Amino acid sequence: MSSRIIIQATINGEPMEFLADERDSLLEALRERIGLTGSKEGCNNGNCGACAVILDGRLVNSCVVMAAELQGANITTVEGLANGGELIPLQTAFLEDAALQCGICTPGFLVASKALLDFNPNPSEYEIRYWLAGNLCRCTGYDKIIRAVQHAATQMRA
Amino acid sequence: MQDVTYRRPATVQEASQLLKDNGPTARVLAGGTDIIVMARERRRDTRMFVDIKAIPELMQLSFSATEGLTVGAAVPCYRIYRDETVSRLYPCLLDSASLIGGTAIQGRASLGGNLCNAGPAGDSIPSMIALEGEAQIFGPNGWRTVKVEDFCTAPGRNVLDAGELLVSIKFPAPRPGSGARFLRFIPRNEMDIAVVNCATNLTLDGNTVTAARIAIGAVAPRPLFVPAAGAALVGRPLTDETIAAAANASRDAATPIDDMRGSVRQRKHLSYVLTERTIRDAARRARGEIVSHV
Repeated sequence: MSSRIIIQATINGEPMEFLADERDSLLEALRERIGLTGSKEGCNNGNCGACAVILDGRLVNSCVVMAAELQGANITTVEGLANGGELIPLQTAFLEDAALQCGICTPGFLVASKALLDFNPNPSEYEIRYWLAGNLCRCTGYDKIIRAVQHAATQMRA
Repeated sequence: MQDVTYRRPATVQEASQLLKDNGPTARVLAGGTDIIVMARERRRDTRMFVDIKAIPELMQLSFSATEGLTVGAAVPCYRIYRDETVSRLYPCLLDSASLIGGTAIQGRASLGGNLCNAGPAGDSIPSMIALEGEAQIFGPNGWRTVKVEDFCTAPGRNVLDAGELLVSIKFPAPRPGSGARFLRFIPRNEMDIAVVNCATNLTLDGNTVTAARIAIGAVAPRPLFVPAAGAALVGRPLTDETIAAAANASRDAATPIDDMRGSVRQRKHLSYVLTERTIRDAARRARGEIVSHV
């Protein structure tokens, strides 16, 4: 039988200690052990990006990370983007530009876009599309999402 | 997922011992982008993950003019394309590292994992062959070295014996006047498996080719080194005729299958086209031109 393991990690800026199953993915640990259900399970095989989180400064799909790997790690999920109750420009832009419909892909897009703007504050449309190629949305047709990221980038540079 | 034990060895000796003691159901975990999915979908019986990312040699990314480039087998793609030295000296590795999966896959996936998976369409393998990569392997009998072109033996199969692990891939320092290029053909812009891929590494003296290594992928049971394509160029000036001769050699060497991604005829044709294009781009890079990796 898989055993229970104790994980110490910093999640959304908060040092945490939690119990996980040795076979849990990071996504399962977030949703089922910690109760952070913002990260979504889409494909559960690394193709759709709905579970994207920032792990030690780089974008990853949390469904293809084992929880056991997280000892000492620093993780940002969609719940950690807002400053307290205040939305960041990226989140506001997604609302204002209607860059979502059903919303399942939105946490992944927000986290992936945040990682992009942290790395490159002034991306071209091509760079945004290339960066977000691993995030799938079956509602919006992507154009509204790209425009929202462009608007947020403009606001953040202002 | 089936019950699985997680281990995180600190040395190559410890990792090798774990793999040897626990047999084929102990799997090396680097980026996990394939191995975790295979375990979850029970396509491979997996009882233990041996996470190799705490071992310094597996995470090493270093260059020196005498030693060349060492890429630890677990170094994720994003570290390769964010490294200033690697970007400048080995743009062909960037070509590969920046189009494997999407951004979130590149945050984890490694060239070493791509090589060990031994997929015929692996997008980093032709580049590593063209750049004269050598796999550094540690196992119960100590160290050994295998050229990248000899590492894969069949789809999903490689030369590693029980208890062995790939530690790093070494590349010689680029020769003066050399340039390399990798290209992949897919029917969309990103996030797909190659119909055909190809890498060329050229060295020019004026317009005369003094060395050339060409490899193609997704056209044989394993990524294919095509010495005849390089030989069609070496000692000759780079002209439309010599480039066509090299491209013909690639097409002749390709033994593809028909499947959902492409037909035999299309893949033979693409072997020609991508060989020609990578030769032209590699020559531009050899002459100091910037050829963007995207």
